[in-house]
Amino acid sequence: MKKTYKIEVDCANCANLMEEAANKTEGVKSAVVNFMTQKMTVEFAGGQDEAAVMKKVVKNCKDVEDDCEIYL
Amino acid sequence: MNKKQKIMLCRIAATAVLLLALNLLPITGAVRIILYLAAYLTIGYDILRKAGKGIAKRRMFDENFLMAVATVGAIALAIIDKSGDFNEAVLVMLFYQIGELFQGYAVGKSRRSISALMDIRPDYANVECDGQLKKVDPDEVAVGSVIVVQPGEKVPIDGEVISGQSSLNTSALTGESLPRDVHAGDEVISGCINMTGVLRVRTTREFGESTVAKILELVENSTSRKSRSEQFISRFARVYTPAVCYSALALAVLPPVVRLILGMGAQWSEWIYRALTFLIVSCPCALVISIPLSFFAGIGGASKEGVLVKGSNYLEELSRTKTVVFDKTGTLTQGVFEVSGVHHPQIAKEKILEYAALAECASSHPISKSLQKAYGKEVDRSRVSDIEEIGGEGVKAVVDGVPVAAGNGKLMRRMGLEAPECRSVGTIVHVAVDGSYVGHIVISDIEKPTAKEAIEKLKKSGVTKTVMLTGDARRVAEQVAGDLGVDEVHSELLPGDKVDEVEKLLARKGKKEVLAFVGDGVNDAPVLSRADIGIAMGAMGSDAAIEAADVVLMDDDPLKIAKAIRISRKCIGIVYQNITFALVVKFTCLLLTALGYAKMGAAIFADVGVMVLAVLNAIRALRVHNL
Repeated sequence: MKKTYKIEVDCANCANLMEEAANKTEGVKSAVVNFMTQKMTVEFAGGQDEAAVMKKVVKNCKDVEDDCEIYL
Repeated sequence: MNKKQKIMLCRIAATAVLLLALNLLPITGAVRIILYLAAYLTIGYDILRKAGKGIAKRRMFDENFLMAVATVGAIALAIIDKSGDFNEAVLVMLFYQIGELFQGYAVGKSRRSISALMDIRPDYANVECDGQLKKVDPDEVAVGSVIVVQPGEKVPIDGEVISGQSSLNTSALTGESLPRDVHAGDEVISGCINMTGVLRVRTTREFGESTVAKILELVENSTSRKSRSEQFISRFARVYTPAVCYSALALAVLPPVVRLILGMGAQWSEWIYRALTFLIVSCPCALVISIPLSFFAGIGGASKEGVLVKGSNYLEELSRTKTVVFDKTGTLTQGVFEVSGVHHPQIAKEKILEYAALAECASSHPISKSLQKAYGKEVDRSRVSDIEEIGGEGVKAVVDGVPVAAGNGKLMRRMGLEAPECRSVGTIVHVAVDGSYVGHIVISDIEKPTAKEAIEKLKKSGVTKTVMLTGDARRVAEQVAGDLGVDEVHSELLPGDKVDEVEKLLARKGKKEVLAFVGDGVNDAPVLSRADIGIAMGAMGSDAAIEAADVVLMDDDPLKIAKAIRISRKCIGIVYQNITFALVVKFTCLLLTALGYAKMGAAIFADVGVMVLAVLNAIRALRVHNL
């Protein structure tokens, strides 16, 4: 299951950090942050509750980059 | 500029004024220190705050942390050394913020201008409802609804014209400036702009399935497929910052210790200053921002020209294309049969065409259709009588009271006429009027007008080998190949054989060379996906082609292949320029700093300057129209 979320992040390196953080989150199979279009595409691992996983993704991203926003 | 950026601009201006005043006016003592502190905090409070948060979360090595350490360190040194020079710390923060502001602004602006380039998304559809037009969201229009497209409006959804006629501007989709005429019964594709007349269109797809939605999705997702250069940069950034930080630490500690051991003065503050300067150059921003921006701009510029590239990685591959393999029919030739010549005419060529078209008027064979098309006028069937079709040979009829025969050599020989062998390739229709031979008409799948130029341009853009694959007869294939200047030709291939041929070519090419296959996407999906790069052309409205290919040419002009390659070369060129430039400047800075030649101000100036130039350079990738 793949879903795309709108994000807000100011610097390209922060976007890379977010991508790394999202990828390390449990329940995420793979995540791609597209800085240019300000979008995050998350592929969830099988049998995961998307809402719960996304909550963790948001927390992990906020940990690495305080200034980012993910619109769920 | 958004609100955040405006606030930042005010902060930058305030700090700059304060800094200027402090340097020009004779302010001394505690007031001076307080004012410097005020300037420093005005410009840098958010960075200090973020750095604090980073430390609390045990996450060092981000740029905020580094900036905070460098500037606080500089202030501390100024206090310890009693030099009272706080300018440096404030300047560093100031430049850093200017850089960030510029970067945010430039990136936002180019993002918007690239999106504007691709602004083909229709805002509404006019649905006819009880004789009145109602504007609705294109998403809500069901398949089979009738929509009205007025002059000046975009066609919102794919469909078929049921009444009205108009010219459509397809330039947003194909980059082609010539308008396309449509009448009732024609298919129209969403994203085109209706220029002259009102069209009533029955939709054949939902909006989400329509061409315009597909294209937008494709372009928007394209930069998510990262190229190798981008992956290299993110890996590099991950190593670079910590490496620079540890070197800074080493620079602060090792030389003074060594000097102590050697019995010289330690010069702690000098070495700490150099280490702090190191930290300023440690942000990999210029690289990290400019590479994806270049790709994004390149892909945006290409799509403006009617070349859709499905990912940054494909743009990168495309630039290394050395072999281009073509499918013949529909790619280099038009894929429709047309009269390409009338030979050995004994009477006026037009007359021969007229007789042949009239004689063949009862047949629905493609050959007779092309004859009628070449004749160009309405066929008046009342002029024709006694039509007699002779299977495998041709047709005999009486036209305007004169017996006419049109067919192959066999028919002519049976009538006792001498039909000259034709050297041209294609289907030959010999024509006899009133018992005597008057000439023959050559009907062939004609080459696209730009095909020859396209092959030439490909060779000029660094493609070393061009290959044509076709299911056609060898004679036809070799003539077309010879005409166009294609290097290698494989004919009489079944669709499966094409994959085998491509496999063979793939095995033969060099490791770093890329093989591109160009097809019309109709039945060559397996080959498109087998080649390193699959290019589908004439894809307007063809889902299968858009699915299977990596690069999609919206119209069917083969010149676009060379253009796509040149666009990719330019874009990759810019990427490499940026990588090299940024790395050279950064490492030079590090070296000069370590040796004590560069001050903090120079370091931050170099750092921000590289970023600004790299971003400006990246935006150049957008300008590809005249390539």
